[in-house]
Amino acid sequence: MGETMILDIKNLQSHFFTAKGEVPAVDGVSIQVPQGKIIGIVGESGCGKSMTAMSVMGLLRYPGRVVGGSIALAGRDITHLTPKELSLVRGNEISMIFQEPMTSLNPVYPVGKQVREAILLHQKLSKTEAKERVIDIFRAVGIPEPEKRYYSYPHQLSGGLRQRVMIGMAMVCHPKVMIADEPTTALDVTIEAQILQLMKKLCKEQGTSIILITHNMGVVAEVCDYVYVMYAGKVMEQAETFALFDHPSHPYTQGLLKSIPKLDEKAERLYTIEGVVPNLLHLPKGCSFCTRCDQAQERCFVQKPCLYEAADGHGVRCFQYESGGQLDE
Amino acid sequence: MLSRILKRIAISIPVLVGVVLAIFIMLRIVPGDPVTTMLGEHVNPAVIEKISREMGLDQPLHIQFIKYVANALQGDFGTSYRLNRNVTQIILDAFPNTVKLSLLAAAVAWLIGIVAGIVAAIQQNKLLDRLFMGGALMGVSMPVFMTALVLQYVFAFKLKWFPVSGFDSWQAMVLPAIALGWNSAGSIARMTRSNLVEVMQNDFIRTARAKGLRENGVIVGHALKNAMLPVVTMMALQLSSMLSGAVLTESVFGVPGIGRLAVNGIETRDMPLLQGTVVFTTILIILGNLIADLLYNVLDPRIREGA
Amino acid sequence: MTDEKARLTEENAKGKADGNAGTYTGERETAKGRQPQPEEAGAQLGESDTWTDKMQTLMRQNKLAVFSAVMILLMILVAVFAPLVAPYDHLAQSLPDRLQDPSAAHWLGTDELGRDVLSRIIFGARISLTIGLLPTLISMSIGTVLGLCAGFYGGKTDFIIMRLADVMLAFPSLLLAMVVMYTMGGGLINIFIALSLVNWAGTARIVRSQTLSLKEKEFVEAARSIGVKKWTIMFRHILPNCLPSLIVLFTLNIPSAILSEASLSFLGIGAQPPSASWGLMVVRGKKYLFSEPWLSIAPSVAIMIVVLAFNFLGDGLRDVLDPYLKEQ
Repeated sequence: MGETMILDIKNLQSHFFTAKGEVPAVDGVSIQVPQGKIIGIVGESGCGKSMTAMSVMGLLRYPGRVVGGSIALAGRDITHLTPKELSLVRGNEISMIFQEPMTSLNPVYPVGKQVREAILLHQKLSKTEAKERVIDIFRAVGIPEPEKRYYSYPHQLSGGLRQRVMIGMAMVCHPKVMIADEPTTALDVTIEAQILQLMKKLCKEQGTSIILITHNMGVVAEVCDYVYVMYAGKVMEQAETFALFDHPSHPYTQGLLKSIPKLDEKAERLYTIEGVVPNLLHLPKGCSFCTRCDQAQERCFVQKPCLYEAADGHGVRCFQYESGGQLDE
Repeated sequence: MLSRILKRIAISIPVLVGVVLAIFIMLRIVPGDPVTTMLGEHVNPAVIEKISREMGLDQPLHIQFIKYVANALQGDFGTSYRLNRNVTQIILDAFPNTVKLSLLAAAVAWLIGIVAGIVAAIQQNKLLDRLFMGGALMGVSMPVFMTALVLQYVFAFKLKWFPVSGFDSWQAMVLPAIALGWNSAGSIARMTRSNLVEVMQNDFIRTARAKGLRENGVIVGHALKNAMLPVVTMMALQLSSMLSGAVLTESVFGVPGIGRLAVNGIETRDMPLLQGTVVFTTILIILGNLIADLLYNVLDPRIREGA
Repeated sequence: MTDEKARLTEENAKGKADGNAGTYTGERETAKGRQPQPEEAGAQLGESDTWTDKMQTLMRQNKLAVFSAVMILLMILVAVFAPLVAPYDHLAQSLPDRLQDPSAAHWLGTDELGRDVLSRIIFGARISLTIGLLPTLISMSIGTVLGLCAGFYGGKTDFIIMRLADVMLAFPSLLLAMVVMYTMGGGLINIFIALSLVNWAGTARIVRSQTLSLKEKEFVEAARSIGVKKWTIMFRHILPNCLPSLIVLFTLNIPSAILSEASLSFLGIGAQPPSASWGLMVVRGKKYLFSEPWLSIAPSVAIMIVVLAFNFLGDGLRDVLDPYLKEQ
């Protein structure tokens, strides 16, 4: 990929430190985000996709901590910033929206004030100017009667509107990257499509890159340019969206795609991937997916596969593609 | 909003009546004749009968109660037998002292309690947190009279910074206020900390961090208001324990307040006086609760603006 | 239920049980099932929650609570075997030895009648612990039954019991006890009775609110649908689920009972001489505060240590048993 990478995550490792041991929730994840593109991260809950996002934002709290790797935003390493430096980056150059629009806004302040705060933190504007900016962005994210909604409290807005407020808050400072962690999971399907389109539109207009975290393959197909499939803290497969859906290469990805119900096929029953996500404290010695893999060989149980290049820009963590070059070590 | 306020006020009225009735009954189920209990066994029966009649104690209980409430509504709590004065007057004389003591103590308690609670929450599980919370638990566990006696011994007797007793100058008020406030400071600190720590778990705190607020800004700007809402209601609960504590503090420092009156009422078996002070204090507490509740309604937008 | 919001506010405000006390997320349901570790990977590690596990967690995490439990046990032993432990007879007066400073013979000195202060404190532990444990047990039993009935039957029963509780809670506890003491006269037995009758309302509120939410749970519905008797449901199905809160509450109510007794005795309307009640010792020693401070400080410290031990234990128990039961 020859494009400029606005966000370059290399070999990121984030661990939980619990009474029962150290949990490698993110285990050597590398993700490249080109400017103005939408990158998807998919996986089941517990695969480390949210942890990756929180690590990038520097939002990991005890008992979680980034223990290795690097995160570069527009060529600048933001892995080891002081709290002060980090606060200048957060919300300004990189912002985030969360899964729970119901609880992500402070219930005791009007929503307009909460968005205005983000502006005042990062830009030298007067309160009135900032307020106008908020009303503009409210209009841009499709909030009806923005002047009136400015003074609304979160509990007076629907989930969809609250998520629009969150998107407004994330976009108001024109960040380089916006991370959206399951932004539509808690919303109705009809509203989901609207929100996704809104994000896509804003991304185009402002040139903002988006990392979209989801467990929904349909959402990925709809909006993402490039996809990373995560499992047990590792990237299992990465490819351009079309390539991934055309040639799903990793057995896990194949399983994920097979388990989407299709209208045009008459299946007896839904396909499921056997077994459950392994306990991160007791991962298999070899490939972390081996216990559930229907194509597993003997060596899969004893040796960890690398990320191999199956095709140009298409990486797969499976020995079946060993003939391609290694993308990590 | 208005209907909610009216409803809340309406709820307090039966509680008020219930409280007065409870005190009334409790003071009258004395085994034997109430006047005899007041005066002692060896008093001329004729005298007892005369006083009984004067105090209206010869009438049926429900008549007595209605009369008492009717008089109380007009601000008349009866006549103290021992002091031969109007109870309302006695209470109003003592009341300013108790109010001053409680307000000063509340100021001490809130200042120490909230600051310590916030610091502890920020420093969660670090040394300062443990130190402050240990201190707060000590504060909660120390009997009020112990704090009072220790302060009196150290600062009034040994260091001679403040007078040993009395309540007529600001110097004299310092020690009683600290003694009384110390205890509440402990519970306020504990509650502030635990609320803050809990509020910090909320999703909107993550949002605040994500938008670029520094940790102190997150706490002061976003967590504090949420955490303080229940603490406001605690003001009212503190008022109750504060007035209990005032009884002890007033006793140690010889402050001529309401608590002294209640103790005097028991010691001299002056029923009208005891009844008046207890009814008066309890009404005060119910009103305090009411105000705190209404304040809470006004402060919390989820209730104020309707869900 | 007249006004769900008002009730919610009340419960939150008073810091009472039922999952979301004091949480201001606004959404009752989301708060209730929240895991201590919100991160998705953390949730996988799910804490196991049998009683033994919880006690082990307590032992591991909160050394202070364990230390307090040991202290309390020691104090109970000392109180039970007071005549064997105390160096002197706590009532034996010896006027020539009055007001002695602490010495090898009298570790905490002697009082104004020449009685050994340490021996009196040891015997006083009997009073404090009895007053702390028994009336609390009685008043909480009353509160539990009333709370169960209020929550389970609802309607008029609920209304009457809870309004009664409102009235009881409106009193400052000390003043209420004082009124009862006026009526019944001083003395330890009367304190015992007063404290047993007065402090049920808080428990009733908490048990009621827990009963209300437990009543809706599947296992209660199931029991009801197969025709289990109401009292059986209340005491066999609902009560055991309230136990963690009740144990915590019990531990935290003991110190307030101890403090009430001490305060009443301090005011001269509780235990009467020559009783070795700590509160009474403090007030008797108060006269000599400036010459022999230990006379009132020593029993004060005794009160503080007992109260502190129960508070530490209660805090620790609350953290493991019932993290949602808040500071009162």
